[in-house]
Amino acid sequence: MSDPVTTINSPIHLEYEINAGEAASRFLRGLVEGKILGQRCPECGKVYVPARGSCPVDAVPTAEEVELPNTGTVTTFCVVNIAFSDLAPEVPYVCAQVLLDGADLSLFGLVAEMPADEVRMGMRVEAVWLPPEDRTTSLTAIKWFRPSGEPDAAYATYKEYL
Amino acid sequence: MSAPVADGVLVERHVLDFPGGYTRSVGPAIGRFLTSVRDDAQLLGVRLADGRVLVPPVEYDPSTSAATGDDFVPVGPGGEVTTWTWVARPRPEHPLDHPFAFALIRLDGADTSLLHAVDAGKASAMRSGMRVIARFADERRGHIADLWFEPHE
Repeated sequence: MSDPVTTINSPIHLEYEINAGEAASRFLRGLVEGKILGQRCPECGKVYVPARGSCPVDAVPTAEEVELPNTGTVTTFCVVNIAFSDLAPEVPYVCAQVLLDGADLSLFGLVAEMPADEVRMGMRVEAVWLPPEDRTTSLTAIKWFRPSGEPDAAYATYKEYL
Repeated sequence: MSAPVADGVLVERHVLDFPGGYTRSVGPAIGRFLTSVRDDAQLLGVRLADGRVLVPPVEYDPSTSAATGDDFVPVGPGGEVTTWTWVARPRPEHPLDHPFAFALIRLDGADTSLLHAVDAGKASAMRSGMRVIARFADERRGHIADLWFEPHE
């Protein structure tokens, strides 16, 4: 009689085709050109990035395109210490929600070029892009965000976006 | 097979995959259930304080939250299909590589149903209320895929 069964292994595999839609396709094509494109809602005025095509609050199309700057504020972040995937950077590494200046929704990205334990809420960062010839229609066109050197943003400037 | 796409819209194939599969612990109740599958080709349920037998067994009574304890009882191998759905084009991860039915099966002696595969051959062979019987693989590893069901009148 062997030892009792204590674990099981199950396959996790899903193949699917994703249609980005018009707004997200424009956003992704913008990344190849080094632009971060959002859209402004005509009702509430909020700027959503990535561009999504409609406002989730007012349920209206968001046709007005807004190009966001490369700079923003780290709102929340995570220091990853476990290398769970071959695709992930060397641990420890930092991912964060970055609120770009003028945006009302934060963008997910890596934060690098600084010791992982120095990341903090309110830290000012700027996007670092892949060379133009290496960019594809993917968020990976932005390699990561790095400290911009500006003084930290006041909590009041991002507390509504946590 | 892709749906028509508007001009300028990007379409991409994605694969969500957990390399090597997902390994998790099963706990004492499922562990006992799977050990019995592996070693004895025997399905088990757990009997609650009110006499009901739950399959698969659980650690806590879903109605009272009391620990279920050690009262494991044999169930099956025969049972009745309560509901079913036909899988005409099995995916690689499915338990069978030819068309089959997923079914909820009320094993003899059980008060709840087990979700599993019925190798019925064709959809017209399936009906709610039909009798089925568990078949076990010769080589078993202690996994729900060690068994399947077949029609059995």
